[in-house]
Amino acid sequence: MEEALVVKTENLTKEFKENSLIHRRPVKALDNLNLQIKRGDIFGYLGPNGAGKTTTFKLLLGLISPSSGAAWVLGKPISEIKFKRGVGFLPEQPYFYDYLTSVEFLDFYAQLFRFDKKLRKQKVLNLLKLVGLERAASLQLRKFSRGMLQRIGIAQALINDPELVILDEPLSGLDPIGRKEVRDIILSLKDKGQTVLFSSHILSDVEAICDNIGILMHGKLQCVERLDDCLSHEVELVEVTVSGLDEACNHTITSLGGQIAHSGDKTVIVIHGIDSPDGEAAIARILKAVRESGAKLISIMSRTHSLEDLFVGLDGEAKERECVMHNA
Amino acid sequence: MVIKTIAINTFKEAIRDRVLYNLLIFTLIVIVASVLLGRLTIGQDQRVIKDVGLAAMSLFGILIATFVGTSLVHKEIRKKTIYNIISKPIHRYEFILGKYCGLMLTLIANLIIMTIVLFVVLAIHKALTIDVLSGTGAVVYASLLKAVALIFFELMIVTSIAILFSTISTPTLSIFFTLGVYVIGHLSLDIRQLGVASENTLINGLCSFCYYLLPNLENFNIRAEMVRDIAVSARFMLYAVVYGVLYMTAVLLVSILSMERKEFI
Repeated sequence: MEEALVVKTENLTKEFKENSLIHRRPVKALDNLNLQIKRGDIFGYLGPNGAGKTTTFKLLLGLISPSSGAAWVLGKPISEIKFKRGVGFLPEQPYFYDYLTSVEFLDFYAQLFRFDKKLRKQKVLNLLKLVGLERAASLQLRKFSRGMLQRIGIAQALINDPELVILDEPLSGLDPIGRKEVRDIILSLKDKGQTVLFSSHILSDVEAICDNIGILMHGKLQCVERLDDCLSHEVELVEVTVSGLDEACNHTITSLGGQIAHSGDKTVIVIHGIDSPDGEAAIARILKAVRESGAKLISIMSRTHSLEDLFVGLDGEAKERECVMHNA
Repeated sequence: MVIKTIAINTFKEAIRDRVLYNLLIFTLIVIVASVLLGRLTIGQDQRVIKDVGLAAMSLFGILIATFVGTSLVHKEIRKKTIYNIISKPIHRYEFILGKYCGLMLTLIANLIIMTIVLFVVLAIHKALTIDVLSGTGAVVYASLLKAVALIFFELMIVTSIAILFSTISTPTLSIFFTLGVYVIGHLSLDIRQLGVASENTLINGLCSFCYYLLPNLENFNIRAEMVRDIAVSARFMLYAVVYGVLYMTAVLLVSILSMERKEFI
């Protein structure tokens, strides 16, 4: 495995046997996953619920065994445990030993890495500071809020200064301030040369911080792209929001190629295909018609191809393929 | 070091559990209250205190070993705290051994407290009454310590069985099976004799199978001898200890094998 890769999988597959009275049909949670993650990247692993994201993480970390295929983490096969010295993990909606205080909790995990007492003390203090929990050092985890638990969870994932940090839905359940704090932590890890692999449903957060993304659907990897490549910078459409538009102007705008939608006392005019000369001319004519009708212009917004568009598009394609296979 | 870390963490979890304190206080009350029971006898107060005290210690230990031991692994899986352990560079056998040692540490600590209370009760009672049948001090306490030591080895076996069931079954079924093994373990000889007396090859075979597979916990029961101040030979003690250690080791090995194959879905 090349040194530049921290994770590599080859046809990694996981089947679960479905228990029913008549049949024990295997369910493919992960289907021939071929994934490579480069050192130093922030990799966003996306997919709907049940896509196989958590299954992937559990396979990589030895919590479950693959049905077939192979995987390597930090150059070592997943059957060994040595690579785990360089990995940190935060599971989804984590539960911790709630009878421990923050310091006891982090010290416990530091001991699992066989650090000496002096080093453990230093790491615990530094990590509490990093995640903003110095004041909660003596507080038992059962008294922590959701956001605090997430932050202490990230702290335990970093206790060994890992080369690879795997975070399963690290932003879920957090308020906007909490999400920003976690995003900042993730970005700071990249600055230190650490690789971050995380799963999320919050596409806007993924767009904000990832270098590469992988989209998993129904156990199959649909694509792996650089984020910049899959977000088109070309403007797809323009939305013009106005108020007080009269009926006559509605007809004019429709004839000029604009689509009209009413929302309360506002009217939203959508203009497609504006990257062509005709499109630009259409916008100009529509804006002129709006001005001449006496309507009030509220806003003009352009929209580019987003991650959500890619995600929804791939989901639709995946469902179509499944439908075809089922009918065949 | 990892086994020690997990053991200490398990010990911390147990001693911060109120159920443990409630059971311990109840047992201590029973030991102290045995003085009242002793008053119902004529000149056998000390024997009653020893008998009730040892029985209460044994019962307390079995309850803790069963109820805490059967949930030790299952709770970690249900609460998903095990994800943070197994994802670290530790072997699964270290996790099992750490959990076992932690629970044994809890049991030792509680046995020590109960033994001290029993000795204090006996000493105070002896100082305040005349009990001609109670025997001399140092010998009595040494004999009691032997009985407590064997209770400890019995608990070692029951705890290992509880942890084995914890890796393969739900807590409810595990409690049922563990207590079942405990009861059968004390009827081991009777079951074997039943098989022989039946004169039926199949029944005799089944009874022999149970006898050899399940632990013979009567090896660790010397309460009758202690109460009657009958000496227990060093050879018997050695046999019981070796049997206990070997049986516990075998059960833990099976638990480790079970854990190695377990998937944390």
